[in-house]
Amino acid sequence: MNVRAHMSMLFHLDKCIGCHTCSVACKNLWTDRKGAEYMWWNNVETRPGTGYPTRWEDQSHYRGGWELKGKKLSLRLHSRAGGLAKIFYNPALPTMDDYYEPFTFRYQDLFNAPAGDDQPTAIPISKVTGDPLDVQTGPNWDDDLGGSGIYASNDPNLAGVSEEVRRQMNELERVVFNYLPRICNHCLNPACAAACPSGAIYKRAEDGVVLVNENKCRAWRMCVAACPYKKVYYNWSTGKSEKCILCFPRLETGQAPACAHSCVGRIRYMGVLLYDADQIPSAAIVPDAQLVEAHRNVILDPFDPEVIAGARANGIEDSWIEAAQNSPAYKFVKEWGIALPLHAEYRTMAMMYYIPPLSPVVSVIENELFKLDLAEERHDFELFQRLDAARLPVKYLANLFSAGNEQVIREVMHKLLAVRLYMRHKTVRGAVNSDTLGYLSEAGLTVEKAEAIYKLTTLPNVKEQFVIPQYHRETAVEAWKDPLAHKGEVGFGAIQPPQRGE
Amino acid sequence: MDWNTIFFVIWPYISLTIFVVVTVYRSIIRPFSISSLSSQLLENKQLYWGSISFHYGIVLVLLGHLLALLIPRSVVLWNAVPLRLYLLEITGLGLGLWSLAGLLILVFRRVTVRRVQVVTTPMDVVVLAALLVSVISGVLVATLYRFGSYWFTGVFSPYLLSLATFTPRVDLVAPLPWLIKLHVINNFVLAVIFPFSRLVHIFTYPIGYLIRPWQIVLWNRKIRTQNTQ
Repeated sequence: MNVRAHMSMLFHLDKCIGCHTCSVACKNLWTDRKGAEYMWWNNVETRPGTGYPTRWEDQSHYRGGWELKGKKLSLRLHSRAGGLAKIFYNPALPTMDDYYEPFTFRYQDLFNAPAGDDQPTAIPISKVTGDPLDVQTGPNWDDDLGGSGIYASNDPNLAGVSEEVRRQMNELERVVFNYLPRICNHCLNPACAAACPSGAIYKRAEDGVVLVNENKCRAWRMCVAACPYKKVYYNWSTGKSEKCILCFPRLETGQAPACAHSCVGRIRYMGVLLYDADQIPSAAIVPDAQLVEAHRNVILDPFDPEVIAGARANGIEDSWIEAAQNSPAYKFVKEWGIALPLHAEYRTMAMMYYIPPLSPVVSVIENELFKLDLAEERHDFELFQRLDAARLPVKYLANLFSAGNEQVIREVMHKLLAVRLYMRHKTVRGAVNSDTLGYLSEAGLTVEKAEAIYKLTTLPNVKEQFVIPQYHRETAVEAWKDPLAHKGEVGFGAIQPPQRGE
Repeated sequence: MDWNTIFFVIWPYISLTIFVVVTVYRSIIRPFSISSLSSQLLENKQLYWGSISFHYGIVLVLLGHLLALLIPRSVVLWNAVPLRLYLLEITGLGLGLWSLAGLLILVFRRVTVRRVQVVTTPMDVVVLAALLVSVISGVLVATLYRFGSYWFTGVFSPYLLSLATFTPRVDLVAPLPWLIKLHVINNFVLAVIFPFSRLVHIFTYPIGYLIRPWQIVLWNRKIRTQNTQ
């Protein structure tokens, strides 16, 4: 056992209102620079939809992530020698048009336009070239389905969903969507790090943050293509790759990442997970259907004395072990088993987790009228027993969160619905009947667990939502240099100006 | 002191000194500035034809030069059979033309594509100009002064070795035609440009990728304990 700690974020999708506050907070803090305008380290997508960059999940095109060849894991992008051979031209690299060309507006025209009969307008101009731009797309062009069927119907996750259901999802009266906020997943088996020819991308053992060493990056740009989530970006101005840093400067000073901190719906949680690094290779090569289970098994129980001893042996401080015991991530992912990694089939073992969204019951057409697909006598547990009547197809959610394994999604949905039923009976009806308790036990929950899920979902205070232990950066600094010398070197500004190399 | 001494003794030594000193300085003091500065994100289609042709062509041509420098005897022996000589010459010329075609596409792309214009620095123009002179003069030499693979081993291998051993022999290159001299002088110009331009990315070609572990995990604290042990 090789115990390491990981800072993980958790997204409760039922609470996401798609306001993009997280994206803007991130952009203002990190990517409001030349060459980085098109990057959204945090973005929010409407699902079903094509996402950003367009159809990023289509790995037959972008060739991201790992694939299983027999019993061996290999990058879908290239072999080692193949990577060196393709270094002069990377065939799977998305171009700026796959993201969007960043633009602003020429506001000065509003003031400087000569007097005339028409109102002056601020025309859009490209942030790359400065030329007037006919804006064709943007980072959220498909927001709220983008007023068109083409975004939703081109979602790669609809694979395996029947034509009939697809058609229904496209009908205005029966339409359904949810939001999917995405940051770098800081994977346990990062494909970007494996694909980097220079070896510039590394994972911090202390908290699992995956970072690009910009001094070693040489713009071979293999990471951009190899990341299946398309969360490494190439700065076209400086010629270096950049990615989400999980706001480590904020974490190290005890603050939650900017995206989580600014979240209006409070959908995000941060916590420590302890994991067994020795189990990663075996967990990444199980068949698709077992991927989620294997992933969960890599995460260790922070109350287990053996795990605690292993953590101490690896230099993990007691405050971190304690944080792992109080971690909302551990509770949702492991204890309650209702949070899932995004696209486990990429086999990168993503360490950011999602609680899948519930959705209303689908409607049927009777005498040209739309009517909810419910029995004559309406029961509030209808969806619990007939998950297939949910508007978001189980298959669709399985493609997103469980490598196509519908059983995993059904279990999670049952738990979420059981908690909802239980709390509704308790608070609205004032009594819990044996049926409700039956649903709880059928979903594998106890009354205590249901109460705890309810409490952490709806009423957490900020200390319960973000359990961030002390980083003790001072000990890390001491490892490198004289702390007093270090003190004189840090603060605002850049050691080297981020300008384009000669 | 005549022109030949200036161009083929003094200039090479100045150029190589700048080449070594500045390259080392830049990789140690300013590693952030070293990048291949790829513009594939901005323009993809023309780059495919330009970059692959130019890079593979030029790399193989340079390897050919290196071979003639390191094992001149074997090259001469290989050329003893006319068919093999023709084969070598045609291959070399073909690779030169291939890289020239790629280079012209890259120049065309840099001049015409608006997004690529934006990221073009003055140094990029200098590099492209010097490369054009180098490749064009090289191709011309290969066509006009046959057979390069034959006389290179007799003239340039000893000349470059004499430079390396600090006993420069100008007499070897002095009688050569001006086109060949231009090719040589220009390549020492490229050596001066090298550390000041994007050309440094050549030295960072990541050959280590073949053997490094897939994942890189760094411990801050482990390093501390190792240091104190």
